[in-house]
Amino acid sequence: MPPRERLLTRSFDLPDSHRLETSRRSGGYEALRKALGMAPAAITEEVRRANLRGLGGAGFGTGMKWGFVPKETGGKPVYLVVNADEGEPGTFKDRYLLERDPHLVLEGMAITGFAVGARRAFVYIRGEYVRPYRILAGAIEEAARANLLGPNILGSGFDFEITLHRGAGAYICGEETGLLESLEGKKGWPRLKPPFPAVVGAFGCPTVINNVETLALVPRIIERGAEWFAGLGTGTQGGTRIYSVSGHVRRPGPYELPVSATLRELIEEAGGVRDGHRLKAVVPGGSSAAILTAEEIDCTLDVDGLKAAGSMAGSAGVVVMDETTCIVEALYVVARFYAHESCGQCTPCRESTGWIYRVVGRILQGKGRPEDPDQILDIARKGVGTTICAFYDGAVGPYLSYIEKFRPEFDHHIRTGGCDVQPGRVPVLTTH
Amino acid sequence: MRGAGRVAFSAETLARARELMAAYPAPRAALLPVLRLAQEEFGWISPEVEEHVAGLFGLTPAHVHEVVTFYHLLHQKPVGRHVLSVCHTLSCWLMGAEGIIAYLKERLGIEEGETTPDGRVTLLRAECLCACELAPMMQVDDDYVGPLTRERIDEVLERLD
Ligand SMILES: Cc1cc2nc3c(=O)[nH]c(=O)nc-3n(C[C@H](O)[C@H](O)[C@H](O)COP(=O)(O)O)c2cc1C
Repeated sequence: MPPRERLLTRSFDLPDSHRLETSRRSGGYEALRKALGMAPAAITEEVRRANLRGLGGAGFGTGMKWGFVPKETGGKPVYLVVNADEGEPGTFKDRYLLERDPHLVLEGMAITGFAVGARRAFVYIRGEYVRPYRILAGAIEEAARANLLGPNILGSGFDFEITLHRGAGAYICGEETGLLESLEGKKGWPRLKPPFPAVVGAFGCPTVINNVETLALVPRIIERGAEWFAGLGTGTQGGTRIYSVSGHVRRPGPYELPVSATLRELIEEAGGVRDGHRLKAVVPGGSSAAILTAEEIDCTLDVDGLKAAGSMAGSAGVVVMDETTCIVEALYVVARFYAHESCGQCTPCRESTGWIYRVVGRILQGKGRPEDPDQILDIARKGVGTTICAFYDGAVGPYLSYIEKFRPEFDHHIRTGGCDVQPGRVPVLTTH
Repeated sequence: MRGAGRVAFSAETLARARELMAAYPAPRAALLPVLRLAQEEFGWISPEVEEHVAGLFGLTPAHVHEVVTFYHLLHQKPVGRHVLSVCHTLSCWLMGAEGIIAYLKERLGIEEGETTPDGRVTLLRAECLCACELAPMMQVDDDYVGPLTRERIDEVLERLD
């Protein structure tokens, strides 16, 4: 194992970890002070060399993304938008960061704003996150009083203003352009790209959008340098990240590990599978990631490691299932989510998510037809790449992998009308 | 003023709404925050509230309606004094969310989507609330509560006025 560094979670267990005083005692805002003395382009270059990759789901190179902001904006302001709309099933890391170390997030935002030339930022925070919202709002006030936000930060001449914007319940608003539409007061229908947000983003202006956790890592890179950060990870992704571990483990919770750790190590960190049970399957990167079987957990947890394993790192929401789990019913639950959350803009997504949910429900009710699994696979595959955003491609992750890896369970339900994993169990069917 | 006839914001809410509209590069960006204020004031977003908000923003009521129907935290019918939203997505389902929902229905004597006749509690299902480490969990008004057991639910219900 590489050395155990805590970049994101080291203050989590301190009393009043959300207060400015606590943050400053452990060096909070020192990286901002340092960054304000650097050339903005040098900060972007440092982040690029650190191999920081976006932790919201797509894993895009952060330094490269910042570099897409045009040098000449024709007088338009540049905005920074923070994606705090955490919604990917199985994920809760951003909630912990916002509640336990909001100043680390704010410091990362200010450094990023300085680097990309943004003097105004919007934090789009999930509507259900009331406590994180209150804590973050309090932290912004504290930081502004200490001249760490607002006009002329620390006498540097750099102004940086933050607006908190609360969502109202829609998973699709986590998709960056759905988020921008929602921020502008519309329903969250994703935009056709290009143009990308770096060129035409919020209110028609160049916009950098990053996830909460991505931004929280920026101060660490400035503090200790790109080489150190890159060295914590793999050749193509630097640093650590917070894995949200839940499901059938002894100690569910947030675990920070280098991205070069393996899925097996992570599950052990969380205490292993609950007493008296054994591992059946794991979803490693939020519900949109393809499921892995108990035999497939020796892969590393970085973006490329999980891609090589046929899944994805996504949001690092890790859901562990033991042998009591009926995979047909698990797919039903996941398919219900995608049917409910499809925004309805693109026909393949709107129609397929609803149809697949109903057909998996039919299988679960003992009314499945022998051709159902193959038809689901076929319909699922045909829609990939045909929609405006990646929501549908995400839904296809579970549709294909649950059926392909656990086909006998689906066939058993269809043949016998019952479940061989939990015989006699009556599944609860719902309408969405 | 619960949705009957024409409605209008109180003076304070109106001032707050205008402040919000001025705080963004484009006033329309304040639509969700203002709808949140409206829900705080009226309890839910009735067609009359949509119309009032539309007037404020210079939008058509249809535009506002389109937004209201898109976001599930905006209630299109009256809710109880307390709203319980039980998460039923993957991790919560694995940890027994369905048993939790069944127990809540039994204790409250209502179905999902319904409000108790005394107007005290509305019971809803929710998609992933991103508190999977607390599974099975629910949101009780502003707060996340979990892991839920029958005893924990009894305590929660006891505390609600
Ligand atoms: C359907 C869908 C949902 C998404 N949800 C989130 C989310 O809740 N939080 C997030 O940070 N990114 C989410 N993303 C990814 C964003 O589109 C975007 O890539 C990210 O905010 C960029 O920040 P990063 O580069 O720092 O990761 C989602 C993407 C899709 C397609």
